[in-house]
Amino acid sequence: MLDPLDTPPSPRLAWRWITIGVTVGLLAAAFAYVAGWLTPRRLTPARIVNALQDNSGLHPGFRRNHAKGVCVSGYFESTGAAAPYSSASVFAPVRTPVVGRFAIPGGNPYAPDGGTPIRSLALRFNLADGQQWRTGMNNSPVFAVATPQAFYEQVLASRPDPATGKPDPAKLAAFFAAHPETAAFRTWAKTAKPSASFGTENYYGLNAFYLIDTASQRHAVRWRVVPEAHDDSPSAHAADDSDYLTRDVQQRLAQGPLRWHLLLTLAAPGDPTNDATQAWPADRTSVDAGTLVIEREQAQDSGDCRDINYDPTVLPHGIAISDDPLLPARSAAYADSYLRRTNEEAGAPGAPHVDAHSAERKP
Amino acid sequence: MTTSATFHPLARLLHWTMALLILAMLFIGVGMVGTVSPKHSWLLAIHRPLGLAILLLAVMRLTIRLRRRPPALPGDMPRWQCYLAHASHWLLYGLMLAMPLIGWAMQSAGGYPIMLGDAWRVPAILPENAALFAWLREAHRYLAYLFLLTILGHVGAALYHALIRRDGVFQSMALGVRDRGRVEEDTDLVEEAEATTSPPRPE
Ligand code: HEM
Ligand code: HEM
Repeated sequence: MLDPLDTPPSPRLAWRWITIGVTVGLLAAAFAYVAGWLTPRRLTPARIVNALQDNSGLHPGFRRNHAKGVCVSGYFESTGAAAPYSSASVFAPVRTPVVGRFAIPGGNPYAPDGGTPIRSLALRFNLADGQQWRTGMNNSPVFAVATPQAFYEQVLASRPDPATGKPDPAKLAAFFAAHPETAAFRTWAKTAKPSASFGTENYYGLNAFYLIDTASQRHAVRWRVVPEAHDDSPSAHAADDSDYLTRDVQQRLAQGPLRWHLLLTLAAPGDPTNDATQAWPADRTSVDAGTLVIEREQAQDSGDCRDINYDPTVLPHGIAISDDPLLPARSAAYADSYLRRTNEEAGAPGAPHVDAHSAERKP
Repeated sequence: MTTSATFHPLARLLHWTMALLILAMLFIGVGMVGTVSPKHSWLLAIHRPLGLAILLLAVMRLTIRLRRRPPALPGDMPRWQCYLAHASHWLLYGLMLAMPLIGWAMQSAGGYPIMLGDAWRVPAILPENAALFAWLREAHRYLAYLFLLTILGHVGAALYHALIRRDGVFQSMALGVRDRGRVEEDTDLVEEAEATTSPPRPE
């Protein structure tokens, strides 16, 4: 055995030390590269969530998007009609408990309800076998963008101008010009009026998924829920009332449950599964899988939906993600947003403090 | 007292298998939280079952380690190096058990169903609790960084034994080395350093 201290330094020995240094250094560099630390321009979940947070300001404890909302709960009563297409136990003729959340988009939990026509419904189905189905749906029949990169650019283009508090119209126009795929969404947004109720809206899953039947056959699908209630006559809310949606849900639920039908639309060959900006033709077969019954509501800062991450890739056996590039991006970004807000709730070191709501409230 | 100059063949096989798997898991982990591409979803689908497989292997490995005394470190190694070697080995054993357990626990506390593949679900080991989730999720991240740093030190030390000291310590864990047996003058319960993730180098 050689003792390094007894042998005179030789070039060979130097090379050996270099070999050691290079091996260890390369491993460390590869790790940093994979983590994205060496590539500040790579689109990461954290960068998307930072951009959302920059637009709305920091509201500790709240979701970084769809921050304003209300928790609801009830159940899904399956008809069994979807069982031939999917082996998921939620489609057997059974009743599955649901924890949901109505919301409006944006990272500001105090935004006025009338400021956007978009409303959303997120659901978590707790299947009897312990599996879960989580979904987040919007009331627009198409999404504005098809890729996470375009979503990110849209968030950047919508950044409020500090002078006016509103997005710069020139930047938005430039974004839309560069993204013709947003056309269908913009057409919808032009005519859509902010609804007076969450209870009267259609909510679309927008992304495509696969239903997988007991013979392991895949069926490309998009889902939506269609309301039984249609009367959204502005239920006596004052013109300056910016929090009417939650009150409306409370009033309606005091009268009785709210109901939606869950429609599963099956794709025909060739229908795009990777582009949420394109609706499928209206004549596609839809299966009425059952009734969603919402019975109760709770405030979102203490309700059961608060600590749920409505990651749309949490799916039971019998449903799977498609090649839609928005799905993995949503999963990654929602996890990042969820970690930030749960850290804030936990009072973890370095996490922004969750203020009393009144103190946090901005005019 | 006569002890073996090399680790038990099963221990060596486990060592190199787990070295590959654990390094892969560290890269899969930071890779999936650092991307919004479809890689995120399929890496996550690999991450959970592979992590739990590592937990099983780690239990097996620790059982072998506690039953069979490993080869001793060379008697002329400085005390601080022996100390560092032992401390880092126990840290590595601790982390290969703790990382998967924390991953499992944090997913339980976050209220996620823990699916291994599309149909197979393992039960939650903690009740749903968001604050607990946050602490465990942060621990999963920072202990992963500590794991990587410890592994880097371990790789460096193994190569130091293989290339600079050339004292047989690396050989004791290398694959394809026959156990020759050797007479130990020193039975101080000193353990042999384990070799690592870099390819064995012929000396
Ligand atoms: C890459 C594109 C998208 C990104 C980066 C993104 C980002 C986010 C983030 C960060 C949250 C907060 C999550 C949390 O803290 O729990 C959120 C919530 C939400 N998003 Fe998205 N989103 C995207 C696309 C979509 C699409 C296509 C839909 C509709 C189908 C949608 C519907 C929702 C809904 C309903 C919520 C609220 C969930 C809840 O009430 O908890 N998002 N989004
Ligand atoms: C040897 C075992 C394991 C190692 C080395 C490991 C390593 C890692 C690493 C390095 C990360 C990225 C951390 C960050 O940058 O924030 C990560 C994330 C994660 N790990 Fe593990 N892990 C292990 C086991 C597990 C197990 C058994 C599970 C679940 C059953 C799990 C679930 C997760 C999840 C869900 C994330 C990402 C969560 C998110 O998107 O925020 N891990 N892991």
